[in-house]
Amino acid sequence: MAIVFEKTKGLTDKPFHYCPGCTHGIIHRIIAEVMCEMNILDDAIGVSSVGCTYNNYEYFACDMVQAAHGRAPAVATGIKRVHPGNMVFTYQGDGDLASIGTAEIVHAAARGEKICAFFVNNAVYGMTSGQMAPTTLLGQVTTTSPFGRDANLQGYPINMSEMLATLQGAVYVERVTVVDFKSIQQAKKAIAKAFRVQQHGLGFAFVEFLSTCPTNWGKDPVDSLQWIRENMIPQYPLGVFKGKDLEV
Amino acid sequence: MSKRVLMKGNEVIAEAAIRAGCRYYFGYPITPQTEIMHYMALTMNKAGGTFVQAESEVAAINMVYGASAAGGRVLTSSSSPGISLKQEGFSYIAGAELPAVVVNIVRGGPGLGGILPAQGDYFQATKGGGHGDYRNIVIAPASIQELYEMTVEAFNLADKYRMLVMILGDGTLGQMMEPVSFREKEPIVIPEKPWALTGRKDREEHNTIQSIYINPDDLEAKNIELQDKYKVVSRDEVRYEELNTEGAEIIIVAFGTCSRICRNVIRQASGIGIKVGMIRPITLWPFPTEVIAAAAAKPETRAFLDVELNAGQMVEDVRLAVNGKKPVHFYGRMGGNLPGQQELLDQIIKIHEEGK
Ligand SMILES: Cc1ncc(C[n+]2csc(CCOP(=O)(O)OP(=O)(O)O)c2C)c(N)n1
Ligand code: SF4
Repeated sequence: MAIVFEKTKGLTDKPFHYCPGCTHGIIHRIIAEVMCEMNILDDAIGVSSVGCTYNNYEYFACDMVQAAHGRAPAVATGIKRVHPGNMVFTYQGDGDLASIGTAEIVHAAARGEKICAFFVNNAVYGMTSGQMAPTTLLGQVTTTSPFGRDANLQGYPINMSEMLATLQGAVYVERVTVVDFKSIQQAKKAIAKAFRVQQHGLGFAFVEFLSTCPTNWGKDPVDSLQWIRENMIPQYPLGVFKGKDLEV
Repeated sequence: MSKRVLMKGNEVIAEAAIRAGCRYYFGYPITPQTEIMHYMALTMNKAGGTFVQAESEVAAINMVYGASAAGGRVLTSSSSPGISLKQEGFSYIAGAELPAVVVNIVRGGPGLGGILPAQGDYFQATKGGGHGDYRNIVIAPASIQELYEMTVEAFNLADKYRMLVMILGDGTLGQMMEPVSFREKEPIVIPEKPWALTGRKDREEHNTIQSIYINPDDLEAKNIELQDKYKVVSRDEVRYEELNTEGAEIIIVAFGTCSRICRNVIRQASGIGIKVGMIRPITLWPFPTEVIAAAAAKPETRAFLDVELNAGQMVEDVRLAVNGKKPVHFYGRMGGNLPGQQELLDQIIKIHEEGK
């Protein structure tokens, strides 16, 4: 019988530990699929960060290293400088990348470091049980903004894609989501383009994924997807912020 | 040995690293070690390596972590405040068992402190600084020649044990010029690194490098493994110099720049009939506990004098080694000040008189 569907070889057989309805799993799978489709799995070196995905070095089938909180872009820089011919990527949450690790991501981008950063924005700190993240929406209730995020006290959400797109070294920046088939296909295209940018040595490539955290949002998986559509996308519009016309 | 050249300590460190096969340098400017960076910026690319000025010491040590995980021979350098920022990275490097060499050209603290030489980072360097049960090899050279030789050695030790090796100097050592003789060929030993991240290529399994063990039994097993390694290092890698300790009445213990001043005082003391010797730890960790304990056990040893450029840090390790057998005196200067020879001689005379 012909095989019509197979689990990607870009992932190991280790079962994911993510909560039901969490879209980290989808994002893992499409990154892995793209690596296989582009035939770069054997060249890829990934950097896990600190957050719910701290141990995705066990899930991605390529070489992997786990980095300290926020420091993945610096670790990736070190790797890429040793192996300029390999494909180096980071996988980071919004606490990791947009809070404690802002310096590292901004400067990796400014240096035009030839790496891909995959940024998963779920508007909270997932792993440490739902604290406010820099990406938390105004009014959003979290364990550390129990009365809703108040701009007067807690400031405003950070739009990382827009911010990084202003840097010369960042040559490709796109925000995607994974809420349905169509958006997942678009996200895959973005991942592939980011890797191609790296293959061609053009500079820093950044893909932001709007992702769910049903557990800390207190929503079921379906409502969580809807919450992205209704609340996150207005603050974090999807699209290409840099490198739209880049032919790779 | 080839011809002798006159060079600044910091430049010798950089030159030694390149000679040792180090091809990756990541750093952030801070006085009094910046010449290391300048030298690397000039020479690393020519040597076929990479120099990156990082956005901070935090980033620099994490670049070191990445480059080392990728199998590179890698160096970062800084001075006290910058080293404080690197401590999280040191802990991760220890946990992931990655080889790395770090230079700390110590300046006075705490806080922003000053830019003059000090030894106030002894505790931080030898007792941890970062979180968790880990050790770094700490080497404290006292001359430019030794700085050169020990820097080369540091890379071999780092690779041999998959550990962080720190060269602990101070502003004087970094800034002063002395003649140095470079070897024709360096004794470079780089072991195979089958664990390194190179891309899976034809390997069956992917390589992973991490320091997290969620299961308590796994984490305990990892810790035991680390401690076993540290035991081997403690047994095999202690380095020290003994000077005139045979028949000495007073034994000075001092390291680095400070030991150079003490060396002169020993001569002066012998001129006035007081037999003074010195034990100079070259590795601060592992510490030469046994040689100090053996000296303490000798009947002719009457007392120890520990001299440091701090408020008394290594003296705790000296006391542990002496274990109450003989009195241990301490004399220190701080803030970037160095003790004068007469100042130290006065200490020796006082101890000598007390012992009568
Ligand atoms: C230096 C340091 N500070 C704090 C933590 C605790 N910590 C672990 S995960 C995490 C938040 C991660 O959130 P995010 O990056 O949004 O990822 P998510 O879990 O949502 O995927 C924090 C603060 C840590 N491990 N290290
Ligand atoms: S806590 Fe949130 S981000 Fe973490 S696995 Fe669960 S749903 Fe996903």
